[in-house]
Amino acid sequence: MASQGLGKEQSIQEMVAQSRNRKGKKFIEKLMPIILIITALISVLTTIGIVFTLIFETFEFFQRVSITDYLFGREWLPFSGSEPLYGVLPLILGTLKVSVIAACVAVPLGIAAAIYLSEYASDKTRRTIKPILEVLAGVPTIVYGFFALTFVTPLLQELIPSLKIFNALSPGIVVGIMILPMIASLSEDAMSSVPNSIREGALALGATKLEVSIKVVLPAALSGIIASVVLAVSRAIGETMIVSLAGGATPTFDFNVTGSIQTMTAYIVQVSSGDAGYGTTIYYSIYAVGFTLFVFTLIMNLLAQYISKRFREEY
Amino acid sequence: MKYIDDTVVMKRMKSRLKYNSIWKMIFLIATTLALLTLVILLVRIVTQGSGYLNWDFFNNFGSRFPEKAGIKAALIGSVLLMLIIAPVSMILGVGTAIYLEEYAKKNKFTSFIQMNISNLAGVPSIVFGLLGLTIFVRMLVLGKSLLAAGFTMSLLILPVIIVASQEAIRAVPKEQREASYGMGATKWQTITRVVLPAAIPGILTGSILALSRAVGETAPLVVLGIPVILQFLPDGLLSQFTTLPLQIYDWAKRPQEAFQYVASAGIIVLMILLVIMNSIAIFIRNKFQKRY
Repeated sequence: MASQGLGKEQSIQEMVAQSRNRKGKKFIEKLMPIILIITALISVLTTIGIVFTLIFETFEFFQRVSITDYLFGREWLPFSGSEPLYGVLPLILGTLKVSVIAACVAVPLGIAAAIYLSEYASDKTRRTIKPILEVLAGVPTIVYGFFALTFVTPLLQELIPSLKIFNALSPGIVVGIMILPMIASLSEDAMSSVPNSIREGALALGATKLEVSIKVVLPAALSGIIASVVLAVSRAIGETMIVSLAGGATPTFDFNVTGSIQTMTAYIVQVSSGDAGYGTTIYYSIYAVGFTLFVFTLIMNLLAQYISKRFREEY
Repeated sequence: MKYIDDTVVMKRMKSRLKYNSIWKMIFLIATTLALLTLVILLVRIVTQGSGYLNWDFFNNFGSRFPEKAGIKAALIGSVLLMLIIAPVSMILGVGTAIYLEEYAKKNKFTSFIQMNISNLAGVPSIVFGLLGLTIFVRMLVLGKSLLAAGFTMSLLILPVIIVASQEAIRAVPKEQREASYGMGATKWQTITRVVLPAAIPGILTGSILALSRAVGETAPLVVLGIPVILQFLPDGLLSQFTTLPLQIYDWAKRPQEAFQYVASAGIIVLMILLVIMNSIAIFIRNKFQKRY
């Protein structure tokens, strides 16, 4: 009996050993991490690809156009046959006009909506409104662009007769509507994570809900709110289809918002949808503009990360 | 004996309470304003476009004449593009997430990859278009094909899928992994038979939402130079194609007013496609997701 039991034990040990040493299995255990690390490196390669693509083609562009002309030039006229001018400032200004208008629309509304959802609304209301905000965030930008061109612009023209068909105001407002859910949702998250005990402390001292929201919750959640705004503005800077459809294609160096403008993104779209041949200066210029855009958004994103890490209140 | 005089308190509180209710209204109005835009947008597009939605619209190719314009090539192009993006982005995204959550040690290299992913998520989509134009269209000579666009879009939504998959994998409790190891399973067996089955609903939900973003995306495709009007259906991975948002973009740009209605009809089709995808994602989330 004893020897039989021992025999069984040995056979189990053998089975375990056998299973451990099975060649295919060992191979897979070694192989899979390598395959997975390769997939993880693809995302790193993507970043490297973006940076190198932009740098190489931009370098090619600066062989033909001087950097100072590009950075400080106040006229962007790449299509004027004999004397093309590549001063990027009008494009940057166009982008900033749209982004500032968008921020003016989205920041107050977004933060107000976040305060309402986090401090005033009942659980049930919050559970209905938040998904609707998500839907608003999921609407494709081409739909917003169409909305800006065919609805908001004619509406604004009723109010401001001097408004052109293509202008900075209408796409600015619509980009604001587009980034509003992002600010509302991220700010609401930041405010909801402020612990209830702090609210209750303030309420017990006789503060009204408004005072609790403005003087207690808002300061405590400020880093999250500012980070959400910076992220949203970065999204507005990179927004393409709304400004391509409703913004026009005349880069100007002024602060007028009723006339036609052109943003960095809209210029890239304009060149891509036309037929600027490969290897022409115009072809390389979209990479220079793309690089400028990339630098802008990268700085904004890093800033948002820095703010939310550095100034976060820990509870 | 009363320590607090109610009338004095009420007098002092009155204006503060009034402010409170006024501002509550303002906050409520701000919230409803956002919802109102969505309603206006939808109502306007449905009233403009529904008249053009008929069988011919689905069965015709793009055209210079609004009454003959259809969406056949664009709709099929969008679906085919999705069929390329889904496997490519999910294999890369889920693979990266498994590596980061299950294998990677907490060191500088891992946090570098993580930081890289979160920065990649903030890169404007049009920049991905420039990347695709250089790498896929020109260097790998894929041309303005389904494959080139599929790869570009896969890279665009990759960060979203990675983050969603990481969250789903992280939500699987440690005890389950330990139980699996305790039964003698190897690491890879644990991942494929314990972790992934538990995480798959979360991964699918996140991936479908990311995919719906890719379906609505226009800018990178414009940069790649994908044609907007096509008179034939794509017949292979390297074939030319067009998509719904591109077709809508083309119609919206046209000066004739009739094309506005055609564009609205196209938007209705696009939105229905997105609603279907989102419903599937929400269905999976509610039906299969376990809470531990």
